This record gives sequence, structure tokens and C-alpha cells, in this order.
Amino acid sequence: MPEAATHEAHFESLERQKMAARLGTWVFLASELLLFAGLLALYASGRASHPEAFRYGVAHAMVWAGTVNTFVLLTSSFCIARAVHALRADRRRLAGALTGLTLVLAVAFLALKGYEYHHHLAHGQVPGGRSAYFVEHAELTGLPAFFTLYWITTGTHAVHVTVGAAVLAFFGLSIVRGRLRAPRAHRLEMAALYWHLVDAIWIFLWPMYYLMK
Amino acid sequence: MTDYLRADRGIASWLLTRDHKRIGVLFLVATGVALLVGGLFALFMRLELATPEATMIDEGSYNRLFTLHGVTMVWLFMIPAIPAGFGNFLLPIMIGAEDVAFPKLNLASFHVYVVGALVTLFGMLIGGADTGWTFYVPYAAGTPTAVIPILVGVFVLGWSSVITGLNFIVTVHTMRAEGIGWFDMPLFVWAIYATSIIQVLATPVLGMSLALVGLDAGFDLGVFDPERGGDPVLYQHLFWFYSHPAVYIMVLPAMGVVTETICTFARKNPLSYRAIAYSTLGIAFVGFLAWGHHMFTAGMSTFDAAAFGILSMLVSIFSAIKVFTWVGTLHRGAIHVSTPLAYVFAFLFLFVFGGMTGVAVATTSLDVHWHDTYFVVAHFHFIMVGGTLTAYLAALHYWFPKITGRRYSERAGLVGAVLVFVGFTTTFVPQFLLGNMGMPRRYATYPEQFAALNAMSTVGSWVLGLGLAWVLGVLAKALVAGARAGEDPWGSASFEWRTASPPPKHNFEAPPVLVGCYDYTGEADGEPEVRHA
Repeated sequence: MPEAATHEAHFESLERQKMAARLGTWVFLASELLLFAGLLALYASGRASHPEAFRYGVAHAMVWAGTVNTFVLLTSSFCIARAVHALRADRRRLAGALTGLTLVLAVAFLALKGYEYHHHLAHGQVPGGRSAYFVEHAELTGLPAFFTLYWITTGTHAVHVTVGAAVLAFFGLSIVRGRLRAPRAHRLEMAALYWHLVDAIWIFLWPMYYLMK
Repeated sequence: MTDYLRADRGIASWLLTRDHKRIGVLFLVATGVALLVGGLFALFMRLELATPEATMIDEGSYNRLFTLHGVTMVWLFMIPAIPAGFGNFLLPIMIGAEDVAFPKLNLASFHVYVVGALVTLFGMLIGGADTGWTFYVPYAAGTPTAVIPILVGVFVLGWSSVITGLNFIVTVHTMRAEGIGWFDMPLFVWAIYATSIIQVLATPVLGMSLALVGLDAGFDLGVFDPERGGDPVLYQHLFWFYSHPAVYIMVLPAMGVVTETICTFARKNPLSYRAIAYSTLGIAFVGFLAWGHHMFTAGMSTFDAAAFGILSMLVSIFSAIKVFTWVGTLHRGAIHVSTPLAYVFAFLFLFVFGGMTGVAVATTSLDVHWHDTYFVVAHFHFIMVGGTLTAYLAALHYWFPKITGRRYSERAGLVGAVLVFVGFTTTFVPQFLLGNMGMPRRYATYPEQFAALNAMSTVGSWVLGLGLAWVLGVLAKALVAGARAGEDPWGSASFEWRTASPPPKHNFEAPPVLVGCYDYTGEADGEPEVRHA
């Protein structure tokens, strides 16, 4: 069994290898943050030049859905953090269950987000600003920019949720099948870090697109 | 023990290798092809510009030509050439490691590069784009040319760059052999490290900006369309937030090469190790704060323009620290003139020239006059070609014996260096004059009064092209028929020369003693075999 955790040949020790994995993940997260930074800059600039339109857009968001989703993501983050601790203590079943719960919450988030998107489409709040809805609100010149940004930003975030969920599903299966145990718990920790990033970004999107009326 | 070139055989052993040295060689070959392609675009452009009228191609084709030249040179050649090529080969050896931290990811970064390059090439073959390498909106969102595949290609290339940078940062932090502290590493490693930070932090912003332009062009989302609340100038800000630091992705590794070359051929410690290391980080940092100088004429307030102008000038302070340290290192050194050092001399001259004109264009009142003229073209070619390409050629000659295990003819190499230098100056000095006279860039035709200087520039481009072809010939000949190099043909003290040439698969046969990479104190000025190889 892979229990006798050995390090890859080019590392001098398993400790070093873990350190490399951790640092690599953090650097990757920094890079991911900068990916969103451009979108945040676009929002700030759009809001500064079209305050009414952006306020109008936020005021007509589905606040309950965004808020529920915030709690869903925060809870999922808590679950995966506990899962890492459980795996470190070699409580495999608990770790597997918590990872599974995280996945369920991830799917719930995406489902609710999908429902929201459906609602926007039904009302003509499409990206690109080419629909009757925007003709009706022609006086709000910044409204197309608001919804385009909303779709792109939350869409990019949803892609990250999906990728994160896929990674967690992979590790969840490994735990259940007994291939990922305490000595290699840092692998789950890396996936959890990524999951926290997804969460942390949403913490910014929530006020930006639901609360700041 | 077999060296890394003979350790495994067959195409698959190269394309699926996890050996950082082989991946470095793969990058060098791929970026070399890009240099050739981009160079041919440039030669063709200069040929069209030899006479005032449009003779061979129409204006539309000319627009495509300068776009493809820029895209190829910036994203396919200059960004990856030194970091992913030489950096991959040398960085682990220079810190006494067996490989980079994530060898599989390293291979992936090459594969991603190839995919990005192929998509970009596909875009070029189905018609190319005519937006310039900067893809400015609104034009890029509406051009009838094949801008989308090129945007996608560059987006993919960006991820290759991020992966490489991430790998190098982690490698420097975690893979240094015992006893090698931060200030014991060869300074090339510092240069690659600082470059990696820029790659990791700036590239995602470019990726997002290009994705948004692609969405505008492909799905009419109007992200930057003012009619729908967007702001085209904001695109320029996002683009240059990456692409200005990208200038330092291109030039910092070049500076690392210069440091290594100078110390080896002056047989001296760098005048100040820390001055070079810290100024490297300084450039990486200040480089993030200077992007606005690309938009002085795009409707920026006087205050912002002044702030960006001053921040841009800070870069020149760090650069000057480096230049003085290099010159101080050469001063009273036991200088052995060789081809790499000849290129470095060219670098010092051209880089200072390019840097000084950079301070000039960072001055808003002057920039208004020179903006979008050949003055700017000449300025950045002095940095990018006079700086980076010259250092790349220095690196190519300096590490050729290490990578291939063979020597090139030193005399032929020097001829190449002279041709490149003469060709370069003849091509680009006239462009400073043309720009100052008011000749705008990006036109296929121009008034009669600019004819003489343009003709001179075109002749210069032939000499430069000849020089590069000569270099290719010299190195190709050396590859087949060059003498064996031996471990350390230059008599360098740096770590990469303390193993066989070419190095064995795991870099060092026995655990090496890696101290004093610039320690020449005990040396009785031994003649290195640099004169007749």
C-alpha cells in the first residue's frame, strides 16, 4: 500500500515535497486572484461611471438566492476544512463523508446559480445588452455593462466551482477507496485551499452583485 | 555515466521527458523557430518600406504583417526564450537540484506552449489579424480578420508562462541544495526568480483581458463598448497592466545572462552581489506601477500622467544600478574577450541607449511629440532587440558548450556578433531620426522626404538578418563538428560549470561542493581556451 509515504526521487525528503506542494498551491491561488482582479477593476470603473445603472442592477438581483448561496459555500468550506483534519487523524470514513457533503453543497450552489441564470434569461437580462429589457431601460446606459459583467464574473466563478468540485470528487473517491490516507493528507489540504479561494472570491461577489444597492 | 542527451533515445523520450534540461532544449528549439518566423516577417516589412510607395503588398497585408511580427516575437519568442529555455536548463543545476519541483507540470508547460503556438499559427494561416500585437478595442472587437484564434492562442501561451513561473518560484524556495542560501545562488537565478513573480501575477490579468476582447469579437458582448457602458481605454489599462511588466519578463532574464557572462569573462566577483539581486526585485516591483505611460495621449489627467511618468523613471534608477555594477565589475578585471562578452558589450551600449530614450519618452511633454512615431518603435527595439535578443545570443554562445558538449569557432562567433551589432544599429538608429521628424508607425507608405533613412534602415535589416543566419550556421556547424568542450571551457567558477558538458541525466554525478559561484580570488589568471576553439 502507498501508506509508507515515500517522496519523489528529486526531493530530498517528504517534508520538502509537502512544502513545495503548499507553496505551489499558494502561488497558484495568487495567480487566480489576479485573474479575477481584472473583473473587479472593470466593476469598480463601471460603477464609478454609471452609479445609477449599477445600483439599479444590484437592487433587482435575487438577493435571497445570492445569500443562500453564500451560506452554502461557507458551510462547504467548513466541511472540507474539517475533512482535512479528519484525514490527518486517519478517520477515513468521517473525512470521506465530509468531502461528500462538500460536494453536495457545491452542486447545490451550482443548481441555485443555474436557477438564477434561468430567471435572468427569462427577463431578458442577458450578457451583451441586446434584448427588449435593455430597450425598456434605455435611460440607464450602464445597465448592459452591469449585466455583462455580472454574467462574466459569476460565470468565471461558477467555472471555478465546477473545477474545484471535480478535484474534490477525485480526492473523495481516493479517500473512500483507501488510496488517500493520513500521511498524504496534504493533498486534500491543497484541494481544500483551492476550495477556500472559490469561497473567498464569492464573499466579494456577494456584496458587489447583491447587496450594494 | 551517460549524459542527458544520450540517456534515452527516440522522439517520445524527448516529447514526454520530465528532465528539465531536455524541456529547456525543447523550448530553445521551439522559440528558435519562432525567432526565425518573426524575423522573416520583419525582413519582409523592411523590404516593403525600402521605397515610399506600396510596391509588393497592399496596406491591409502590411497591417497583418506587423501584427504577426509583434505577436510572434513577443509571445512566441521573447517571453519564453530565456526563462523557459535557458532558465529550465540552468536553474536547477545552479541551485544544485536534480530537477525542478514539479517535473510533470514543467512538461505540461511545454505542451501548453505548443498548443498555444499551433493555435496562433492556425490564426496566421487563415488570414492573420491586423490589430497590432496589442489588440486594442474597439477595432479588435470588429476586425474582419482572424483575430479570435490568435487571441485564443496567446491566452493559452499565457498559461504556459504562468506554469513555468510557478514552478521556478517553488523550485528556488524548496530545491536549493544544502548550503546554498539566497545570496549564494548565481545571480541568473535571481533574475529568473523575479521574472517568475511577474509571470505569475501579471499574466492572468492579460488572460482575462484577452478573453474579454475575444468575447466582444466572437459574441458581441460589448464589454468595452461605450454605447453599452463599457470603456475602451480601460482595456488599454488592463492590457498594459500585464504588458508593461512583460517588458521586464523579457529583459530581466537578459540582465541575468549579462551578469553571468561579465563575471566569468572578467574573472571577478560582481562589484556588489546584493545591488544586482535587489535591483532585480526592484525592477520587478516598480515595473508593476508604470503601465500608464503607454496611455499619455489616451485621455489621461495631467496628474496621473505625471505620476506614471515619475514611476517609469524609477525603473531607470534600478537599471542604472545594474549597469554601473556591471561596468564596475569589468573595471580592472582580467577580461577575456569572447563571443558572449562581445554580445554583452553590445548589450551595454544598446541597453543604455534604449534606456535613456525610455526616460525621454516617459516625460509627458516629449511623449506627446513622439507618441506613435518611429521614435517609439526604435526605443523599444533598442530594449527588446538590442537588450534581450543580444543577451539571448550571448547566452546561446555562452552555454552552448554546456548544453551540447561542443565548442563553436570563436573567430566565426565574433564575426556574427559584429554583423548583428552593425546590422542592428544601422536598422534602428535611422528610426529614431525618422520618428523625431514625425514619421508615424504602422503605415506601409510614407512621404518622399523619409526615403533615404528608410532605405538605410532596410539595408541594416539585411545585415542583421545575415548576422543571425551566420550565427545559425556557426552553431549548426559546431553541433556536428565542434571540438569537445570539457567541463568548464570558459574557466568559470559558476555552479553549472562544475559538472560534465553535457551534464549527466541527474545533473551531478556525485554530490557537488557548491560554494563561491563567483569566487576567482585564488586564481592565477589562467588563460581560458577562448581564443581558438
